[in-house]
Amino acid sequence: MTLIRSLTPVLTLAIGLLVGALSPAVAQDQGPLRITITDGVIEPLPFAVPSFVAENGAAGEFAANITRVIASDLEGTGLFREIPAAAHIAQVTSFDAPVSFPDWQAINAQALIVGAVSASGDQIVVKFRLFDVFSGQQMGEGLQFAGTPGTWRRMAHKVADAVYSRITGEGPYFDSRVVFVSESGPKNQRVKRLAVMDYDGANVSYLTDGASIVLAPRFSPTGNQIVFTSYQSGFPRIYLMDLGSMQVQALAQTEGNITFAPRFAPDGRTVVFSLERDGNTDIYALDIGSGQVRQLTNAPSIETAPSFSPDGSQIVFESDRSGSQQIYVMPASGGEGQRISNGPGRYGTPVWSPQGDYIAFTKQNAGRFHIGVMRTNGSEERLLTASFLDEGPTWAPNGRVVMFTRESAGEGGQPALFSVDISGRNLRQIPTDGPASDPAWSPLLP
Amino acid sequence: MTLLPKAILLVAVLGLAACNNPNRFGAGGADGAGAAGGFGAGGIGTSGLGDPNDPRSVAYFNQTVGDRVLFAVDQHTLSPEARMVLQGQAQWLNANAQYAIIIEGHADEQGTREYNVALSGRRANAVRDFLISQGVAGSRMQTIPYGKERPIAVCSDETCYAQNRRAVTVLSMGAGV
Repeated sequence: MTLIRSLTPVLTLAIGLLVGALSPAVAQDQGPLRITITDGVIEPLPFAVPSFVAENGAAGEFAANITRVIASDLEGTGLFREIPAAAHIAQVTSFDAPVSFPDWQAINAQALIVGAVSASGDQIVVKFRLFDVFSGQQMGEGLQFAGTPGTWRRMAHKVADAVYSRITGEGPYFDSRVVFVSESGPKNQRVKRLAVMDYDGANVSYLTDGASIVLAPRFSPTGNQIVFTSYQSGFPRIYLMDLGSMQVQALAQTEGNITFAPRFAPDGRTVVFSLERDGNTDIYALDIGSGQVRQLTNAPSIETAPSFSPDGSQIVFESDRSGSQQIYVMPASGGEGQRISNGPGRYGTPVWSPQGDYIAFTKQNAGRFHIGVMRTNGSEERLLTASFLDEGPTWAPNGRVVMFTRESAGEGGQPALFSVDISGRNLRQIPTDGPASDPAWSPLLP
Repeated sequence: MTLLPKAILLVAVLGLAACNNPNRFGAGGADGAGAAGGFGAGGIGTSGLGDPNDPRSVAYFNQTVGDRVLFAVDQHTLSPEARMVLQGQAQWLNANAQYAIIIEGHADEQGTREYNVALSGRRANAVRDFLISQGVAGSRMQTIPYGKERPIAVCSDETCYAQNRRAVTVLSMGAGV
């Protein structure tokens, strides 16, 4: 049995666990993988990633750093556990040397990643192979990535993505970025700046200077543009920023317009947003090229937070037409929509998953905030988190993890970014320089 | 009346309008207690706003007439108390037609960001509609929904939330808001 065949059902189990599909006893019969489940906690898969071989002197530091990022990516999923180098028996000194499987079996490494780095001038090359230790087989092809030295972290993420995908059967997501709002200053005078970083908090850069309040940036489908709301005119209005040129363009601007909650359609040419006029908020669609605006909802209630289905045919949004915030789905051409949220409490900020299978949302009930997911017809609702204030989920490119804002209470209360996988496991804070809110995940980088 | 004090007043008020954030000025925004009862200065320093004893001064409007009204949780309807304040505002605004008016809507932190922008837009417009009903020209007024972005009181319980669920009438000189 290869690792991928034996692992896939276990991962299915992990996702299925929240719906209570499988008993722990089944999980314990997985043979050599020894993944056990106790109270919903999966025993992470032990793996070894001996430091990548530096194939020349200039590669030494890259090899060490890349190895650490790969291990961090995998451990960060909660599905993997690294066996530290101090416990290794075998030493890997050459990328092409035969693997001494008994030495890795002896320390119970289930998966082994062997890699090498070479550096010359303005290029580094990273290559790796993945092995199923107990079957003594290589899993998939060896792969090689080449790039400038400045992209070493991305190459590490690419390696980890390949390992993650081969073992779990899920899509990759480590080589991605997150745009968010970096916050500073006291609660009644918060300074907000747009910032962008790698998914794991590295490589932060700032996109605005903090002179104006900015809210809720979102990536374009290709990841090279963002839309966001800024108060720079004095009023909340939506803007588009090109991340290459840093040029900012006002969208759907007419005198006195108040616009917010923008989000791209999957075609990258349409932006849906909310427009408030005379106290009433409805959803509109803008064709960026022509500037043409179409009204999609027409009700005296608040309609906001629109998000397209990945095939572009439908829009999920929130409305308080029933008397409280609830989630509705309508055709992309607009209309009244069908309510899909049905539990107690209020539901907002719906976001369609990239795979189309779930809608993530914020729920408020009994004085608590939750991040949750439900099927696109509202069934199988499950809450992933609970706190004083959790809001605004965004999907990882593979649709298996969501990131969101968690804010603490009180005068010193501050927001931070957290992620959790859609099984409800592996809640983690994303390291940021300071308080941070409104994350939006990019698509997987090319 | 001399020209100079009025010029200072104008500068102060225009600075306020450009910033759209009265809490940035003075201590009221920081101590929160300045807004006790909801009718305080709201962080607007009185210097340059004229003599608060002068019924035609901006300071008088802010403090004595009352520059803000408060709302119940997730509501935008005007309470009887709010209507009384707004009647006073309308009288004052009708008598002092030289001021343009920005109505800031605000929400407390119990709500999602985008919904709160929309909710605070409703609140600001509830004030605008009422002032129009009292004869204040709609062309003098603009609304800004701040959502939960600019709380005036920073604790996380109802004593603060009640102050944050507000609409504040901010004066500026002339129509060029």
